[in-house]
Amino acid sequence: MCDSCHCGEAAEATIAIPGQPHGHQHQTRKIVVEHELLAQNDHQGEANRQFFAEQKILALNLVSSPGSGKTSILERTLKTLGPEIATSVIEGDQQTMRDAERISAAGAPVVQVNTGAGCHLDAEMIRRALARLPPKPHSLLFIENVGNLVCPALFDLGEHAKVAIISVTEGEDKPQKYPHMFRAASLCLLNKIDLLPHLDFDLELCKTLARQVNPRLTFLELSAKSGEGFAAWLQWLRDTFNASHCH
Amino acid sequence: MHEMGLAMRIVEIALAETEKAKASRLCEVEVEVGEVAGVMREALEFCLPAAARGTLAEQALFTIIAVPGQGHCQACQRQVAISAFPAQCPKCGSFGVAITAGTELRLRSINVE
Repeated sequence: MCDSCHCGEAAEATIAIPGQPHGHQHQTRKIVVEHELLAQNDHQGEANRQFFAEQKILALNLVSSPGSGKTSILERTLKTLGPEIATSVIEGDQQTMRDAERISAAGAPVVQVNTGAGCHLDAEMIRRALARLPPKPHSLLFIENVGNLVCPALFDLGEHAKVAIISVTEGEDKPQKYPHMFRAASLCLLNKIDLLPHLDFDLELCKTLARQVNPRLTFLELSAKSGEGFAAWLQWLRDTFNASHCH
Repeated sequence: MHEMGLAMRIVEIALAETEKAKASRLCEVEVEVGEVAGVMREALEFCLPAAARGTLAEQALFTIIAVPGQGHCQACQRQVAISAFPAQCPKCGSFGVAITAGTELRLRSINVE
């Protein structure tokens, strides 16, 4: 077998000239493909977006590192906003039903997507989760992505906006370390601010570093534990819901 | 580690195109990866042979073509080169740079026999 091209020619000494490196020629054809690798996901993401528009559903994709408090923020949000706006949740984790159980206890319809070996939610998983839920027309849908600041940035789920969460127990430079995610986000929540007196976290430095990555990013500071700052977050949700004509 | 998923997608598309062309051998696959596409070239190179194992693509050569990052500085209106984020204008220092190239993730072509 020819070692260079595995074409089946006997393995013996070869004599080559430049341009015909292994002594014989193959009739190869070049086929121009020009296929976007994320096209399949993008098409399904667009189909999800159309579904949300038709059903008047505001879909928000919550992204952060593990442990920033996504689920705790949702629990408190659901308790206050639940009676006002019909809200449902798609939970993404590699394994377990724990987050879905917490959300269910907070009173919202929820489906859990376990990605198994996967590190992010994709648009097809959302399509299947939507069929299972299904969310009510004129409602708010939170998609809690897998705790990961890398991969979910690349996969459009059809959401209206990505909300990135940083907790103040992390580093201020997180937006610069994981720029793709913060570039893709519209709003950044700074969580666990009840802990600020015990930490050296510099809120303004964090915002400055995040704005270098994404000059359009807006910020809200809050604590899912104490409820501080929640009024502004809930108002942002109401305003975004109304501005998207979902009411 | 989304590179494995991308590698599997590359092999899947390349095999489908090979079949469509009624070719018996897939020799080469050319993939464009932008410098600021959020994909680690080394990880993708590591994943491709694993994704191709046991398929018609197993013997294929995978060539990754890096597409340089480019942006348009909205402050000084210049075209500038971008190699990482945050995208800062090398001329005026502004961070208001709109990316115009370098986010590509595309299977460009295949060579078949």
